[in-house]
Amino acid sequence: MNLMSFFQRRTSAPVARERLQILLAHERGVLGGKSDLVAVLREEILAVVRRHVTIEQEGVQIKMNRGSDMSTLEIEVEIPAPASAGA
Amino acid sequence: MAKVLVVTSGKGGVGKTTSTAALGAALAHGGEKVVVIDFDVGLRNLDLVMGAERRVVFDLINVVQGDAKLNQALIRDKRMENLSLLPASQTRDKDALTEEGVARVLNELREKFDWIVCDSPAGIERGATLAMRHADVAVVVTNPEVSSVRDSDRIIGLLDSKTEKAEKGERVEKHLLLTRYDPIRAERGEMLKVDDVLEILSIPLIGIIPESEEVLRASNVGSPVTLNSPTSAPSKAYFDAVRRLKGETVEMSVPTDKKSLFGKLFGRRAA
Repeated sequence: MNLMSFFQRRTSAPVARERLQILLAHERGVLGGKSDLVAVLREEILAVVRRHVTIEQEGVQIKMNRGSDMSTLEIEVEIPAPASAGA
Repeated sequence: MAKVLVVTSGKGGVGKTTSTAALGAALAHGGEKVVVIDFDVGLRNLDLVMGAERRVVFDLINVVQGDAKLNQALIRDKRMENLSLLPASQTRDKDALTEEGVARVLNELREKFDWIVCDSPAGIERGATLAMRHADVAVVVTNPEVSSVRDSDRIIGLLDSKTEKAEKGERVEKHLLLTRYDPIRAERGEMLKVDDVLEILSIPLIGIIPESEEVLRASNVGSPVTLNSPTSAPSKAYFDAVRRLKGETVEMSVPTDKKSLFGKLFGRRAA
């Protein structure tokens, strides 16, 4: 039925979509009101984990994804190999 | 209880004023008392789209500054008696709008109307932030196009942080109105699809307005499209959007102006 698609070049809408997703993920962090929340969470999580384990300042990664039904908060804490003051 | 609705977008030229007029008239069609306000100080156009450009005597800034009474500035629509317009000033600069002044005018309007529809200027400066400042509901007008989607994302961020509701820890109810949509091009992969935009912006959809000649035809003659051609595809979409705004559940569709071959050949109307 869709004979057209045979001859079609690569479509541009998926490119637009991908560019926007990458750009906005970045801009929301820099410009959005939400950046404050992520920054605050990051500091507090860092403080709590540090009470028990020695971790680097950069050892905590926080990602927030907005969804229509549900948003997710992804927290990744990097714990350096042995020798750290474990609890 | 009156509702303050802001029609906003960030980017210019996506259809804020057209949509303000169309939604305002569609709301009024249901019998409720509606006022549409132009916040675009210096570049007013809602008066022109509503066909009231020759009836403007006083404007929003005159009322804010106490130079005119609200009733002197309100222009009642000639076609619908329950639809009014509060025009923007063409000469003053936008700093003449103060937050307290706008709040006072909106409070006065809340006593007289059921819906107060604020047409925001483009951008994220004073006029735009004041238009959204006191909103209960926001309609974010977006074209399926990268710069419009990006700017809408910024505006959504502002609605969540810089409005009175946000500062009180409440939420402004946000809705996406996708305008100038062409389902055929979207299907061919030449235009962002509804789902793409929804996934990126993550706010609920209030309507999809198809690209249509009727929109220009209506603004040419100074009439909201929902009044000028109420059965056309864009009008159907605006009327459905209004029903959703009022809380009804209406199945989402992209209305089209179906034309028969005969219509295509002979159906050209002059406007």
